[in-house]
Amino acid sequence: MLERPLAPALRPFDAVGGWTIAVVDSLGRFGTFFAEALAALVTPPFKIRAFVDRIHFIGYNSLLIIFLTGAFTGMVLGLQIYLTLVRFGSEAFLGPAVALSLIRELGPVLAALMVTGRAGSALTAELGIMRITEQIDALTVMALSPMRYLAAPSILAGLVTFPLMTALFDVVGIFGGYLVGVKLLGLSEGTYFGEMQTFVGIDDIMVGFWKSLSFGVIVTWVCTYKGFNVGHGAEGVARATTQAVVLSSVLILVWDYFMGSVLQ
Amino acid sequence: MIKVEGLTKSFGPQKVLRELSLDVATGTITIVIGRSGGGKSVFLKHLIGLFRPDAGRIMVDGVDISRLRGRDLDEIRRTYGVVFQGGALFDSMSCFDNVAFPLREKVRTPPDELAKRVEAALAQVGLEGVGAKYPAEISGGMRKRVAIARALVTEPQIVFFDEPTTGLDPVLVNTIHHLILDLHRRFRFTAVVVSHEIPEIFEIADTVAMLHEGRIVEVGPPAAIQGSTNPVVQKFIKGEPDTGS
Repeated sequence: MLERPLAPALRPFDAVGGWTIAVVDSLGRFGTFFAEALAALVTPPFKIRAFVDRIHFIGYNSLLIIFLTGAFTGMVLGLQIYLTLVRFGSEAFLGPAVALSLIRELGPVLAALMVTGRAGSALTAELGIMRITEQIDALTVMALSPMRYLAAPSILAGLVTFPLMTALFDVVGIFGGYLVGVKLLGLSEGTYFGEMQTFVGIDDIMVGFWKSLSFGVIVTWVCTYKGFNVGHGAEGVARATTQAVVLSSVLILVWDYFMGSVLQ
Repeated sequence: MIKVEGLTKSFGPQKVLRELSLDVATGTITIVIGRSGGGKSVFLKHLIGLFRPDAGRIMVDGVDISRLRGRDLDEIRRTYGVVFQGGALFDSMSCFDNVAFPLREKVRTPPDELAKRVEAALAQVGLEGVGAKYPAEISGGMRKRVAIARALVTEPQIVFFDEPTTGLDPVLVNTIHHLILDLHRRFRFTAVVVSHEIPEIFEIADTVAMLHEGRIVEVGPPAAIQGSTNPVVQKFIKGEPDTGS
């Protein structure tokens, strides 16, 4: 049946309707993708080798960037918080202020953003190239599930590595703050760590843990989905990689606010 | 036997396949020829279950695979071997691991037997000793041969070749064609080859089908296709340029 063109007065509604359908359709495919990956994650056969490979790819290869950014974030925090606290004569609280900022907020968020930039983009690009060179199709026609071999191990690796990367970021950051506060600005070592023990509790650590765990799922979910659904050629891979990094970063910040509100 | 009836597929407003019908007899080599962008690869992707048709049926040994999903479709795919246009080798794996992959994952072959079968498969395509190399370290022709070895290592009943000689020099084109013929004589699989290597491909074909504007416009033995009076077929075989519009 031939479709008659819409009257000009109805075209804006047509455009809004088309956009709405496209958004709902892509959200549906995004959700279905995650459900399929979860199904592959919890049903045998489990791809242990692929999982270990993804741990190496996402986690081990991100160690240097986490170490560097963690150290400098802690040093900047140490300096800025000290300069603020010293005005009120409260520099003794530098340790807990640095630790709480890192453990509850900056550690999970900055570690997730760094891993997204390094490993998330690489994950999307790798899967995108596998898609356009028909390697994913090759798995499918071998009657082997690409979700089981490629998506599920990445998401599971995200769940494991993001909390570990966050923990490393926190520890290195606290020592960065120590370097500036104690070794450079002359605060006593006992004050820095002693007050930290008093003010930082397990509930603060759990806030950071839950955040990092959820960021691990968000980043690997977005990046594998974008890699599986690239457009054509090198341009398609480049666009998917950019979209994956931007979307992951925005979702990290939005979800961080939501988690911060819930887990006060 | 593969029986395709009334296969229709559109992408948006563009109709790619229009009620395409074709029979592929068991144990034969059927070549699908046609111009670039004419729907050959789309047709092949329907046969291997990567695309679902808008209408029509694809019967493989009496089962309509266009209605199958999940495990049922995988059961049919286990009888398939597919050689993709670019080879589709896993570039994170060595050539040995690429060929071993379906044996490890699909058939769960014991390690000692696996090594023997992989070496034998590589030897069949004339690539002894390249197992340790990665796809990026070998030439395009060698990659195609590794892809053929991977497709055949599980001894499939039906093998699909998507333009297996694209981008190769004339010597390699003939080498690959004779390799397909030689392996077909040895293993007696049913082969569907999408190609536009005219006239070299006629040497290995039992049946040739000409796909034009989404339909099979002529089908028959190579000699009949070469002697066809259909102007579309003749124009394609002779490589005459478009003169209209």
